[in-house]
Amino acid sequence: MIQEKLKRDLAELASTLDGKLLRLEELPIDRKLTRFLLSRNLLKTKPALTKSFLRTRCMRCGNETPRKFAEIPCQKCNKAHFYCRNCMDMGRLMECDVLYYWNGPSAVWSKQKNPCSWEGTLTRAQEKAALRIKEAITNREKEILTWAVCGAGKTEMLFPGISKALEEGMRICLATPRADVVRELKPRLEKAFRHIPIQALYGGSKDKHKQAQLIIATTHQLLRYEKAFDVMIIDEVDAFPFHADPALPFAQKRSAKRNCTTIYLTATPREDLKAEIRRGKLTHVFVPVRYHGHPLPVPKLKMWHSLNKELPKLQSSNPLLYWLLNRQNPKRQLLVFVPTVERAGQLKTPLTNLMLKHKLIHHPNQLGSVHASDPDRERKVVSFREKTLKVILTTTILERGVTFPSVDVAILDAGHDVFDEAALVQIAGRAGRNSNDPTGEVLFFHDGKTEAMLAAIYAIKQMNKRGGF
Amino acid sequence: MNCLWCEEERSRHIGWKNFLNLMNPYELCDSCVSNLIFLYETPSRCTKCSRESEEKICFDCIRWEKQMQDDPLLFNYSIFPYNLFMQEIIAKWKYRGDYVLGELFRPYIRAAFSKKFGKKKKELIAVPIPLSEKRMDERGFNQAEMLAHFLPLETKTAFIRIDSEKQSKRNRRERITAKNPFSLIEKINTPVLLVDDIYTTGTTLRHAAGRLKEHGCPSVYALTLIRG
Repeated sequence: MIQEKLKRDLAELASTLDGKLLRLEELPIDRKLTRFLLSRNLLKTKPALTKSFLRTRCMRCGNETPRKFAEIPCQKCNKAHFYCRNCMDMGRLMECDVLYYWNGPSAVWSKQKNPCSWEGTLTRAQEKAALRIKEAITNREKEILTWAVCGAGKTEMLFPGISKALEEGMRICLATPRADVVRELKPRLEKAFRHIPIQALYGGSKDKHKQAQLIIATTHQLLRYEKAFDVMIIDEVDAFPFHADPALPFAQKRSAKRNCTTIYLTATPREDLKAEIRRGKLTHVFVPVRYHGHPLPVPKLKMWHSLNKELPKLQSSNPLLYWLLNRQNPKRQLLVFVPTVERAGQLKTPLTNLMLKHKLIHHPNQLGSVHASDPDRERKVVSFREKTLKVILTTTILERGVTFPSVDVAILDAGHDVFDEAALVQIAGRAGRNSNDPTGEVLFFHDGKTEAMLAAIYAIKQMNKRGGF
Repeated sequence: MNCLWCEEERSRHIGWKNFLNLMNPYELCDSCVSNLIFLYETPSRCTKCSRESEEKICFDCIRWEKQMQDDPLLFNYSIFPYNLFMQEIIAKWKYRGDYVLGELFRPYIRAAFSKKFGKKKKELIAVPIPLSEKRMDERGFNQAEMLAHFLPLETKTAFIRIDSEKQSKRNRRERITAKNPFSLIEKINTPVLLVDDIYTTGTTLRHAAGRLKEHGCPSVYALTLIRG
C-alpha cells in the first residue's frame, strides 16, 4: 500500500522535476521534501559556475565571456565570488550556488489517442512538408529544416507531426524567440489539441509550475531545462536573439534528450544553414508556395535622392507621397518600416500631417507608431488588426511573426544596416497574406541600392520560381 | 571595453585623452551617460533634502520640521532625480542583484562628496543604512554599504535593523508613522554621514539619525544617490 503510494508520488514528482535545471528558489517543492529527495539521491545538485585554470563557465547559460562575469562579496562564504551577468534575469547565480536536477526514474508521458482536434485541411505543398516532418519524428531523425516562405502556414504543417509525437508519448517543446508569438500560438494550439494540457512559458507567464507534455516557450526559457524533450521545434532560427546570443543555441542543445528530433522552421535561412544544406549535412524540406497558392509579392525599389535630408521634414512633394496617392488598392492598411526608434518618433507628426492634408487618413489617431520598448505595443498592434489604426509606423519589431490580412508595405531608408537580407524578405512577406487579398505592394525607398536589397529581391524571385510561378 | 549598462562598445576612438578611461571596465558609454540626469542641473533645489523645488526649503521639509521639534537630520544631499532610466538601473542592481552595476556610481558619489562634504572630511564617519537580516540573505549585499565604501572615509556599522516590510511597498503615511526599526550597537561621538541609495520620504534616514542623536552624536548629515 505504502509502496504503491510512494510509486505514484514518485511518478508525479518525476513529471514535475524531470528535465528541469533549477535554482533552490525555483523548485516547486518545499524544503523538507527537497532535503529528503537529496538524501535519497533522487535529486542531485551541480555547481552553478565552474572555474578552471583560465575560464569560468556558467552552467545555466553556458556563458564563458570573461566580461560577462563580475565579482560580488558573498555574505555566506565571506569572500568574493564570481556571478554570471548573462542570465541574471532568471535569478543571480554565484559560485557557491547550485543547480538542482532530477535523478529519479524518468517521467512517463501518456500516449494520447487521437490528440489532434484540428479540422482544417492542408494544401498539397503543406501536406508534403507535414508528412516529411512526421516521418522525421517517427524515424527519430536528428534534425530537419523546414524552409517555408512567409505565409506558407507553418504552424498547421506541424500538427500531424505533433499528433504523432503525442501518440508516442513524447514530450514536445515549441520554442520561438518572441513572447508575442508564444502568446499568439497558445490559443491556436489549444484549439488544435483540445484535450492536451499545454504550458506557455515566457518572462512573466503564469503557468510556470504546471507540468505539460506540450510546451510553448520563448527560447530563453529553455535555460531552465536539461535533457527534457523528445521533439524540439525551433521557430524562426534566423531571428535576432537566437542567432546572436550563443546562450540560446546552447540551451536548445542541452534541453534536448539524446535521441531528440529537432525541427527548425524558417522563411529566410542564414548563410550557415544554407551552406549546410548545400553540403548535404542538413536535411530540409522546402515549401515554396503560400497557403493560398499565390506568389510572394516582389518588392519594388524606389530611388529617393537626399532621403536622409528630406525624411525628418517630409515636405510636400516626395516619392513616398507620390506612391501613397497612386496605390493600386488604397483600401489596404499601411505598414511603414523605419530603421530606428528615433526615426519613428521624428516622422510621426510630419507623416500624419501629410496624410491628413491629402485625405489619406481622416483623423490623427489613425496613425500610430510602435517600437520594442513601447509600453502600449500590444494594444497598438491589436488596434491595427481591428483596423482602427490605418497606418502603423514601426521599427523592425513587426518584421516577423505577425499577420495582418490586407496591407501594403513601405520601408523608408531600406539601405540602413538593420535591414539585412533576412529582415527585408520577412518584411516583404507581411504583404498579401490573406486569400481574399493575396497581393500587396512592397516598396523599398532608398538613397542607394545595397547588396541586401538586391539579395532579398533575388531570393524572393528564386522562391517564386521554385514555387512554379 | 564595453558599457557596463548597455554592453555596447564604448568608444571607437582611442586617443591620449581617453585611453586611461577606456581601460576602466566600470564605465558607461556616452549615450548612456547622456541619459543620466543630475539634480545639480536643475535651476533650484531644496537646501535641506536636495529635491527640485522653487522654495529654499520645500514643503516636505517644512512638514518634517513641524512634526519633529528638533529634526535630527541636518540636511541630505542627493545626486540624481528618480527617473525611468535610474529606476531600471536600480532595479537591476539592487533587486536583481547585479552587484557590479553599483560601480558606475563611484565617480559621482566621490564628486558629490568632495563638493558638499569635502571640508568636513577629517571629522566625518560614514554610516551606511543597514538591511534587515532577511533582506540581506535575499540580496547578498547591502547597496548602501557599497556606496559608503566609495567614500574616502572610515565606515562604521552602527545599527542593526529589524523590520518586516520593504519601504518601497509602503505608502507615505505608513512610512512616516512606522516604528523606528534601528537599534544602536555602537555609539559614535563624532559627526556622522549617513549613506543610502534612495531618499523618498526621509523617514528611514530620520529614524537612523534620531537613534544616533539619542546616544550623543553631535550632528548627522546624509548623502543619498537618488532623491525620489
